[in-house]
Amino acid sequence: MLDDFLNQFLPSTVGGLVFGSIYALIALGYTMVYGVLRLINFAHSEIFMIGTFTSLVVITAIAPASPLTGFALFGVMLLIILLSAAISGGAAVLLELVAYRPLRKKGATRLTALISAIGASLFLQELFALVIIPWLTGKPGRNQQSAPRIVDRDTVFSIGNAAIRTDHIIVIVAAVIMMIALDRVVNRTKIGRGIRATAQDPEAAVLMGVSIDNIVRVTFLLGGAMAGVAGALYLMEFENTVFNVGFVLGIKAFTAAVLGGIGNLRGALLGGIVLGLIENWGAIFLGSEWKDVIAFTVLVVVLMFRPTGILGESLQKARA
Amino acid sequence: MKGNGVTGNANPLRRVGALVDGARDWWEHAKVWQRYLVYLGAIVFALILPAPWIGTFMSPGSDWTTVLIYPIGTYILLAVGLNVVVGQAGLLDLGFVAFFAIGGYSVAYFATQYGWNYWATVAFGILLAAVSGVILGAPTLRLRGDYLAIVTLGFGEIVRITANNTDEIGGARGITNVPHPPDIPGVVEFALLPAPYYYLMLIAIILVIIFSVRLQKSRVGRAWAAIREDEDAAELMGVPTFKFKLLAFAIGAMIGGLAGGMYAGKAVFIEPNTFPFILSATILAAVVLGGSGNLPGVMLGAFVIAWLPERFREVEWLKTALGGKDPAEFRILLFGGVLVLMMALRPEGLLPSRRRKAELHEGTGGMGTMGAEVPGPDTDVTTTEAAK
Repeated sequence: MLDDFLNQFLPSTVGGLVFGSIYALIALGYTMVYGVLRLINFAHSEIFMIGTFTSLVVITAIAPASPLTGFALFGVMLLIILLSAAISGGAAVLLELVAYRPLRKKGATRLTALISAIGASLFLQELFALVIIPWLTGKPGRNQQSAPRIVDRDTVFSIGNAAIRTDHIIVIVAAVIMMIALDRVVNRTKIGRGIRATAQDPEAAVLMGVSIDNIVRVTFLLGGAMAGVAGALYLMEFENTVFNVGFVLGIKAFTAAVLGGIGNLRGALLGGIVLGLIENWGAIFLGSEWKDVIAFTVLVVVLMFRPTGILGESLQKARA
Repeated sequence: MKGNGVTGNANPLRRVGALVDGARDWWEHAKVWQRYLVYLGAIVFALILPAPWIGTFMSPGSDWTTVLIYPIGTYILLAVGLNVVVGQAGLLDLGFVAFFAIGGYSVAYFATQYGWNYWATVAFGILLAAVSGVILGAPTLRLRGDYLAIVTLGFGEIVRITANNTDEIGGARGITNVPHPPDIPGVVEFALLPAPYYYLMLIAIILVIIFSVRLQKSRVGRAWAAIREDEDAAELMGVPTFKFKLLAFAIGAMIGGLAGGMYAGKAVFIEPNTFPFILSATILAAVVLGGSGNLPGVMLGAFVIAWLPERFREVEWLKTALGGKDPAEFRILLFGGVLVLMMALRPEGLLPSRRRKAELHEGTGGMGTMGAEVPGPDTDVTTTEAAK
């Protein structure tokens, strides 16, 4: 058992970092929306799913005969990331407009809003399964859809027995760049200051001339764009997707957000990576079929002992 | 309040509301014998419901009695159970299907492996469900309401995946040859005919309804209402909120377990995929659509959500309009849309309890308001919740 663990420790760590980066990117959307609206945006997982399908369509349209390298690879990656971010961000804004804004205007309870979020999530999943996926791909909407390979699985270098491949590097580097960019936006720009002010005290923010509607829209746009990037990276790495791909990933990303401290951007990054690692290391002992159970158990345990997460909840406290 | 145009007079749901209000006023002033007459009428109606002449209209394509047992009866039982948690105590449970699974698996496992009597396995299943409700609730019920929702969702998935990965209870293949309930000699024989199961289900539903109504009118029910409306205030008034929330969880779980036991006894075969998250969401949709907290509403909601997809399956013009697809495939799309629309137009559901309706319009009765809400001139202090 211990031998197994030592043997698989380094490869699992790499796998955990890759998964963790994707969780972290999705977790950013949960954490930002929760910070501003105190709402679990349950349909965020579908925004991620939309990102994977955007990338799927683009990659299938390009259909490289063999995996790409060099500038071609860079260009294609940039294209799918930007397109997925744009479409997912747009979908998130639309979602807010349809499912949450009417409730916000009426001063509805958070239970009401959460139920609306669940409804929106089911609606989007089924809309894709029944209408959009068959229309996009011409295949049955509930089947797994696979994408052609665009990145070769070459080992760039090795640490011990862990092979670090090109695709691993792309996922991790892209995720880190996106997170730094988001951190900059929230901490350094005027709109970011608006987001932090709204999270801290919406009434005072309004009095200071912040347009709440605008801020909420931008929050959804940014969160959705991050989920879109996550979708693009996920599709590049795992090369398949399905209409309900967001369900389990969404719960895990939410777990990551809570683990790091919901409302805290850097917490989301940390939470994502920690969750990815715990889940992969745990799977060495229990087998990979228990991965989801491990992640959900982490959620319960964290909420029991430290419901404010590792770094604490802090988008409210003017630090993001 | 801003955005009142949405709930203006043009809203067709208003008219339903007026009709319901009339009936409710009558009910509130009805004499005891009048009320018993209504109960009697309802039971007689339920007794003759499986009649074939009703079935030819309600379910022309498949056996009406079977449809009455699953999904209709089972959904009603589950919805009444979930209503205790969501409607009465105001806790959002997204993993209710877990208790249904625990009840079902207890019956299947102990009956096939140890040859226990069916009734004993049902009782044991109910007990196990209650225990797991307490085990899940004890650490998590101190959490904020929306965290609770996600944890229960995780629990539902844990139960399903565990059943899927554990070979002792059949793994992904599930358990087959689950015995039927034993015959009661000379009275009833449980075999392949659905009718006895229907009446058994009916008895279970009636008992659960009586139990639920009595609870609601008791000290426990009042405590739940207080917790739902303002947990802090309830705690200050001396209501042991944690204990009562745990009780709500356990009772809801017991009803879920009972539904699982009934299901397994009829179905002969259960597998992990009988218990997906989507079933939890469907039951939640039923409770919310009908009017959480109000039993007739919840039962109506469960009936509609169980029956409509079955009925639409048979409608030829709808099939052609959808390009040959089974209309029942669109049910989850519809439920999702219904949830969003209901929350925007009529969050209290089709047949709400008056109290719940007032709560939802005040912005109490559900974890406080959302964060970035711009307080209008006539919103009251509840908005300070957002600043917390």
